[in-house]
Amino acid sequence: MSAPVLDVRNLSVSYLIGKQRAQAAADISFTLSAGERLGIVGESGSGKSTLALALMRLHKPPARIDAGEAWLGGTDMMRLEGEDLRRFRWSEISLVPQGAMNSLNPVMRIRRQLADAIEAHRRDWTRAQVQARVQEMLERVGLSPKVGDLYPHELSGGMKQRVCIALAVVLEPKLIIADEPTSALDVVVQRLVIQTLKDVQEQIGAALIMIGHDMGLMAQSVDRLAVMYAGRMVDIAPVRDFFHRPLHPYSQLLISSLPSPDETKPLTDIPGMQPSLFDLPGGCSFHPRCPLAKEPCRQTEPTFLPTGPGRGTACHVVRESLDEPH
Amino acid sequence: MSWSYALRRIGMFVAVVFLAITINFIVPRMAPGDPTAAVLEQLLSRGQQVEGAADIVANYRARFGLDDPLLLQYGRYVWNTLHFDLGYSISYFPQKVESALLQALPWTLALLLTATAVAFVLGSVLGALIAWPRSSRLVRSLAPFLMVLSAIPYYLLALILLYVFAVWTKLFPLGGAASSQSALTFSITSAIDVLHHAFLPALSIVLAGLGFWALGMRGAMINVLGEDYLALAEAKGLRPQRIFFAYAMRNALLPQITSLAIALGTVASGSVLVEVAFNYPGIGYVLYNALRSSDYFLIQGVAFFLVLTVAVAVLLLELAYPLIDPRIER
Repeated sequence: MSAPVLDVRNLSVSYLIGKQRAQAAADISFTLSAGERLGIVGESGSGKSTLALALMRLHKPPARIDAGEAWLGGTDMMRLEGEDLRRFRWSEISLVPQGAMNSLNPVMRIRRQLADAIEAHRRDWTRAQVQARVQEMLERVGLSPKVGDLYPHELSGGMKQRVCIALAVVLEPKLIIADEPTSALDVVVQRLVIQTLKDVQEQIGAALIMIGHDMGLMAQSVDRLAVMYAGRMVDIAPVRDFFHRPLHPYSQLLISSLPSPDETKPLTDIPGMQPSLFDLPGGCSFHPRCPLAKEPCRQTEPTFLPTGPGRGTACHVVRESLDEPH
Repeated sequence: MSWSYALRRIGMFVAVVFLAITINFIVPRMAPGDPTAAVLEQLLSRGQQVEGAADIVANYRARFGLDDPLLLQYGRYVWNTLHFDLGYSISYFPQKVESALLQALPWTLALLLTATAVAFVLGSVLGALIAWPRSSRLVRSLAPFLMVLSAIPYYLLALILLYVFAVWTKLFPLGGAASSQSALTFSITSAIDVLHHAFLPALSIVLAGLGFWALGMRGAMINVLGEDYLALAEAKGLRPQRIFFAYAMRNALLPQITSLAIALGTVASGSVLVEVAFNYPGIGYVLYNALRSSDYFLIQGVAFFLVLTVAVAVLLLELAYPLIDPRIER
């Protein structure tokens, strides 16, 4: 594997509400190589979006980055401030937003919104260069150049999401974060939009972090899959390994709860609820719902340790079984 | 902009004006008695003898066409109104209502258009800055001060300004529109004189309006700042000024502009109490005098004029709105 383009080390984000502190992202570390696609799944409130926003430094109070580094191409994004941060955003790291429906300025033509992003970072480009680039990007995501002259309300949901994808790659950043890029779209359009996203991402060779709930869509779209639970990254593995030989008990339960068209079996779920971030159980956060929980799981929080190439898991039980001689 | 949109708006405008004219006609005629008999009764009650009272009433009724069928009277009234023939003013007799209005109009328009425009621009920028998270602490703490300002009635503000700047420090004149209205010429001294007189009334309207516009803008701005497109604008790494003007303020201004149209419409009716406080010869002052002397024709005239200007302002806004907000049907 080539040298990582993104290296996140011990990133912690918390929300301070009143006197209570909720760790929405706790001690998260992972790396991403150029052109790699990483999916992040987890229940609502598991910290996926918090992580994405923190990486772009778009988090708003009461969210706060407590610690950690995120190196992207030799720059620690967590140390950037003011004008440096502004210049870094979009030229190095871009976002395909969750709510494409409302993410475009309603009173500005599409062409202008794309040109705005270019002009904010490429001051030396001529107007013709900017317009040519806008045109090219719209075509790349499968939109007619005429779309540039329209206003957002004149586009369908899928078209708006394509505009957002064109926007995300217009400066050819090293990293694209897609935060539930298809959550508001119907299934057919979802596939097309994801395919478009993959295509342009491959063309520019950017790394992609895709956040979502849909395990099936993830299985087809990403190279590696990470699972978050109660603000912790509990499992990460190449997508094939993840589905064939899941390690973390939570991952195993997630996969077994997926409906399968081949066998008719009753739908299963994971008993219990994700704990409140204000009131985490001691030890492993997952132990009250874990069928394999043992004594150490109730006592100490498991550390995240590598379990193979591109793999890592935070679980005492997995740790034990791997330590045992075969 | 499509023709059907424009035609619909113009049709609406005609309907509103017509309805206003009709109400203006019906309401006085629903009152019992008739105007000539009322005048005579007044004279009689003062103990004056009026020879052939019944003849006089009949004579005047015939002269004003009050014996004609109501529909004919209505037709005549509409015809006259559309020709801006609003009848004779009682208190300014023999001046006609329309000429009294036209005399007052330039003063009111100049004073209120300027003051409203200044208040709108200053208030909107200030309101947007108060809501903007990057503003200095000082600017952001102005909101309570503006709330107090907008809660003070503008005529009270006018009285305070009068006391401080005209009575106490004597920096500005006590009232009127010019030192001598008949001696006004197109010269710099005249212009300075007019501005000098207009300053305090304008200031009181600006100060009173400032709070209103700023608080409205602040609310609209806070809404817009929570929108997804603002988060994306920040993610795009746009310059803060660009986000402020083109993404935040541009969208927050839309509801403000609706209020502006209505405010501009009411400009023509004058700002009654400010004009009275400063003895300013505008439409508001005319209305005040008309009310005091029960000059019904003049009151009707001002009411008609007010409806007309509000309707015109709203029509202009509606025709211009699709250019400001592309989501409105073109």
